[in-house]
Amino acid sequence: MTGQDVVLVLLGAVALGGGVLCVTTRQIVHAALWLVVAFGGLAGSYLVLTAEFVAWVQVLVYVGAVVVLLLFGIMLTRAPIGPGDGLDSENRWVALVVAVATAALLVTTVILGFGYDRKDVHAGGGSADALGSSLFRTWVLPFEVASVLLLAALVGAIVLSRTDIGPKDGD
Amino acid sequence: MPDLLEIVLKLAAVAAAFGVLPLLVGQAEHKVMAHMQGRLGPMYAGGFHGWAQLVADGVKFAQKEDVVPAAADRTVFKLAPAVAIVPYLLVLLVIPVGPDGQVVLDLGLGLFFALAVMGIGVIGAIMAGWSSANKYSLLGGMRIAAQLMSYELPMVFAASSAAMAAGTLSLSGIVEAWHWYWLPWQAIGLVVFFVAGLAELRRPPFDMPLADSEIILGPYTEYGGLRFAFFLLAEYAGIVVLSALTAVLFLGGWRGPFLDAELGWLWLLVKVFALAFVVIWLRVSYPRMREDQLQKLAWAWLVPLALAQLALTGVLRVALG
Repeated sequence: MTGQDVVLVLLGAVALGGGVLCVTTRQIVHAALWLVVAFGGLAGSYLVLTAEFVAWVQVLVYVGAVVVLLLFGIMLTRAPIGPGDGLDSENRWVALVVAVATAALLVTTVILGFGYDRKDVHAGGGSADALGSSLFRTWVLPFEVASVLLLAALVGAIVLSRTDIGPKDGD
Repeated sequence: MPDLLEIVLKLAAVAAAFGVLPLLVGQAEHKVMAHMQGRLGPMYAGGFHGWAQLVADGVKFAQKEDVVPAAADRTVFKLAPAVAIVPYLLVLLVIPVGPDGQVVLDLGLGLFFALAVMGIGVIGAIMAGWSSANKYSLLGGMRIAAQLMSYELPMVFAASSAAMAAGTLSLSGIVEAWHWYWLPWQAIGLVVFFVAGLAELRRPPFDMPLADSEIILGPYTEYGGLRFAFFLLAEYAGIVVLSALTAVLFLGGWRGPFLDAELGWLWLLVKVFALAFVVIWLRVSYPRMREDQLQKLAWAWLVPLALAQLALTGVLRVALG
């Protein structure tokens, strides 16, 4: 095991620990803050794997925007200090089964796809240049499909939030 | 071990800049505001024109009792000032002050690093707003979150425009690619970036989340002593960081009329203080904007303007090759 591997495992532990605490804490705002820790650990893992661009975008979008949106939503509705009731949906065993099944599926996919190959990472492999040219040369179709999906979601959000363009009376 | 020595020296320089520049901006704010309003401002502390006023303030803050409200969430309450201030220190690491590696950390993605880390600082203020167990603080925290979500987008767009014009995301690379004709070409981007940055720092006229005359001081209401001083320091460090980023992205950073390599840090410093002066000037000139005006400015003006700037940058980049 190299130093890189050790750091990667430690960051993985941080991300996993943050995630577990996020779903087990009894305080809803703490859950959002543990999510920040989990995202931070994940961004760190990306950095160790030299995927710099993905790492900083992860921080910019998830920590900087998604968590802020979550916190805003929580504070707008109900954000008691101290343990809150009703955070437990009584579905923990089902949730655990789903989580373990998803993890098993992902791990199986990765192992079936790559076997036990070791892939060398090298500095600059995940730079904006490398990522941009592979995204817009090799993977441009999936990229466009994703943008169509986002555009549709955006149009849907506008339709839902505008009260003056609802369905016609009598429909 | 010359490398190690160099790193230690650079880190010491950044720490010194982080300790001194925000205080200089704060003192400048005292004096500039005072003179714009026909007052003198602090005149006694330290003798000459009250130069030691902020040092005296710091000593006062350090002596105050450390109070945590009984109903507050103690851990989050105590953690919040650190989360608010550390990101600005980290951003200073990637600001280039001169050519040929006169930067602590020359990241290939320096621009994204700076924007991402600045976003984390806002979480500190939101944590403070929630954990204080005070309805005014909570209102302030919510307003901060709403403001950040609206202004983050135009800020990133405007910064991307500079990156597109330079063809790199490295802050050193952007300064090297800068030419005088960027001033008219990227003018809209400059304004959008600066205004959105001000809103992210919650400086007047975007200080709805603090609004001392209606919600006391928003998220900072329950803070006192050193923790409050940290939030104040974070605000002024934020001004320094925003001015430095604006200078680096749109005004040519360390480039000056002569002696770029030797005096680069001086040119950057001049630009930073000129921009900090504008920040103070805006505070004195404009009344606080209402929440709906804030949102309208972001979505109806800044986002379309930033998109127009991106289009202009892209078209000219392609046309000029």
